[in-house]
Amino acid sequence: MRIPLLRIVPDDTKFDFMRFRRISFPISAVLSIVAMLLFFTHGLNLGVDFVGGTLMEVQTKSGPADLAKMRSAVGSLNLGEAQLQQFGAPTDVLIRIPQQPGGELAQQQAAQKVRAALGDEIDVRRIEVVGPRVSTELLAYGIFGLLVAIIGIFIYLWFRFEWQFALGAMIANVHDLVLTIGFLSLMQIDFDLNGIAALMTILGYSLNDTVVIYDRIREMLRRYKRMSIADLLNISVNSTLSRSVITHVTVTLALLALFFFGGHAIHAFTATMLFGVVLVGTYTSIFIAAPILIYLGVGYGRQEADEPAPKEFVAEVADKAGAAKPAAAKR
Amino acid sequence: MLYISRWKMLAIIATTLIVCSFAIPNFFPKEQVEKWPKWAQRHIVLGLDLQGGSHILLEVDSAAVRKEKVEALRDDVRRVVRENRLGSPSAVTVRGNTVEFRVRDGVDQKLALQKFQELSQPLGGLLQATGQRSIDVVDAGGGLFRLTVTEPALVERIRQSVDQSIQIIERRVNELGTVEPSIQRQGVDRVLVQVPGLQDPQRLKDLLGKTAKLTFRMVDMTTTPDQAEAGKVPPESELLRGSKSENGQPYVIEKRVVVSGEDLVDAQPGFDQRTSEPVVNFRFNNNGARRFAEATQSNVGRPFAIVLDNEVISAPVIREPIIGGSGQISGNFTVQAANDLAILLRAGALPAPLTIIEERTVGPGLGQDSIDNGMRAAWIGSLAVIIFMFATYGLFGLFANIAVAINVAMIFGILSLLNATLTLPGICGIVLTVGIAVDSNVLIYERIREEVRAGRSALNALDAGFTRALATILDSNITTFIAAVVLFYIGTGPVRGFAVTLGIGIVTTVFTAFTLTRLMVALWVRWWRPRTVPI
Repeated sequence: MRIPLLRIVPDDTKFDFMRFRRISFPISAVLSIVAMLLFFTHGLNLGVDFVGGTLMEVQTKSGPADLAKMRSAVGSLNLGEAQLQQFGAPTDVLIRIPQQPGGELAQQQAAQKVRAALGDEIDVRRIEVVGPRVSTELLAYGIFGLLVAIIGIFIYLWFRFEWQFALGAMIANVHDLVLTIGFLSLMQIDFDLNGIAALMTILGYSLNDTVVIYDRIREMLRRYKRMSIADLLNISVNSTLSRSVITHVTVTLALLALFFFGGHAIHAFTATMLFGVVLVGTYTSIFIAAPILIYLGVGYGRQEADEPAPKEFVAEVADKAGAAKPAAAKR
Repeated sequence: MLYISRWKMLAIIATTLIVCSFAIPNFFPKEQVEKWPKWAQRHIVLGLDLQGGSHILLEVDSAAVRKEKVEALRDDVRRVVRENRLGSPSAVTVRGNTVEFRVRDGVDQKLALQKFQELSQPLGGLLQATGQRSIDVVDAGGGLFRLTVTEPALVERIRQSVDQSIQIIERRVNELGTVEPSIQRQGVDRVLVQVPGLQDPQRLKDLLGKTAKLTFRMVDMTTTPDQAEAGKVPPESELLRGSKSENGQPYVIEKRVVVSGEDLVDAQPGFDQRTSEPVVNFRFNNNGARRFAEATQSNVGRPFAIVLDNEVISAPVIREPIIGGSGQISGNFTVQAANDLAILLRAGALPAPLTIIEERTVGPGLGQDSIDNGMRAAWIGSLAVIIFMFATYGLFGLFANIAVAINVAMIFGILSLLNATLTLPGICGIVLTVGIAVDSNVLIYERIREEVRAGRSALNALDAGFTRALATILDSNITTFIAAVVLFYIGTGPVRGFAVTLGIGIVTTVFTAFTLTRLMVALWVRWWRPRTVPI
């Protein structure tokens, strides 16, 4: 007996994605605005990489950590608003000391004070001390890097496709980044250098997806000179849909494994990626990146004919495969 | 597309095997690999976040370098003024980067200008003359001259300081007995010190943070510390504090240096014979020994001070002339403090103070935990992807899984070939590659499914599926590759490790999609001659 192969997306799926743009575009606009509002009101929870200060991961040598006691011990040092939080196991505590006034040396001294205050009951498992100069530079580099990546990818797409595609991909892309930043702001996820890495990867993969669909659209544009652009986009998205879904399942599986089993150190990183790559990236390439091409004037000036659906997609299947599948409803 | 010539086939298999084989040394213990020929000794370096260790970024104190440079210029100007009788040397003043002097009336101003200009030297040496000079000399009129240390001269000096500092830091860190420390210049004025597997970074930081400028000077007996604290410090002396073990006691110390640390030839920790407290024994070179002997001979009964970085370590009274050229420093040291001081003295003084501007230390315990977590996540993630692919594509899923497994092996091979650093984010990059690498297969298989649906025969569909999907694979991977490259250039440490595995993963993914998957399908077609595609 043969076990049938898994088919998540049925073979003859014909969803009208283009019509859905009347819903998806307003939704995206609203979400983007919300994300930006969140960013400007709540801001990002910038890590020590970008604001300077000290981050310590400590572990008690015996028994669970007494957070209250540690808080008062650190609090009595007058180092500003120190944050202590449990980090994974009950024995592990993450301590964040804000940047100290008084330049580079003061940061090191603060770290030493905290260490002394907590005494011998704890092991310092990790310590990061970032001075004011380095943190300013890292933030500037991070933003600069994102911009360079966006521009680099734009130029590549421009060479590879027409400018409308490059622009469409960029709009989709920025939309992804904005929503992800909103998510970071909403969840107050610690945003450090790893966060920049996550954003870059989201950029790369969300585009990966978009490019696959665009590739198909370009192929269709060459093959069907007379089909209406909306139909053409719909067919392109539908025919790549199965691939999009399967790929996202595999990426999600990999990311979920990292999220649940990869330890606390990469939690923020994988959470950001899960949101950006899996949730937003997929949605964007299908519901934003493809339909936006209509507005950007792809296929403008085509002589559209009455007959919308290509033969190959309906007729040929029915003919040669011996009517194995019911023909899809014609639009 | 499905016909692959014998030679091509061999080339594909050979390339794959060679690339994978670079990873082999990682599976053998280090001692064994060291006996292998040099070209085979390639292995992945674990990042500091995985093996534990300290990453410390130091910056040369540019303000101190500037000050030193300007003060040296002031002294030079004073000398010129004295030698050429241009006026009173004490009238030479410093304002910011500029030394100002008004010549006395009746002096030939042209001569003065010429003399001052002689102080200025061309920068860049003979080989790369830049036309820039070390000092700007301006005749402001009315006998006023302004001499400014130029910016290029300062940068040049900072650069030199960093070069010298790197050598000195190397000597200091090597004394700690750590394995494979890395000390590199970063930018103009920074030094990055990376030391793996250190239990106590505090000691490393103490060793790095000290300038270790040692001087032997006489204590000024013309005044008492109390008077000096009240503000009456003689012009040729300065008020210094004792070290912490001396309770920060004040001393008035002559500015004139009898002997400095540069004249030391050796320093070793030891114990005092009578008190058996830890001390540092040192030896001067001939020059130092002679001057120290002269000074002690003429100052018996007076105290002299041993000053380290403007802190008085001890101020013993000279009981008898010290003519042997050796002596000992005692100062209520612990054993480790004596040891460290000896290290510092042997390594020499830094040309300018260094400040720690960034520190990242991971303890060995956390590093091991990270490795364990990362590997566990990698196995579980890979297994999930493998099962899913098999459930979706059956036999072809198996092909994809083999391709992905080889893909990961190749990533390790290339990482080893480059002696690249594997970090925790780097492991994330590999897991992500597993998720993404199957995408190239998914693209091909979905295309084949479509072509089958469009009514093509099995062979036709396979061929068309590959041809059409490969263009897409290339396009879609290049975007991510661009992001990885940018990330590599802006990232530091762990993030860079992520960019490396991500970038390499993309290259191997495209390679396996274009060659291995195709090869497997081609062989399958040749051997089984299928009529339908089981996909």
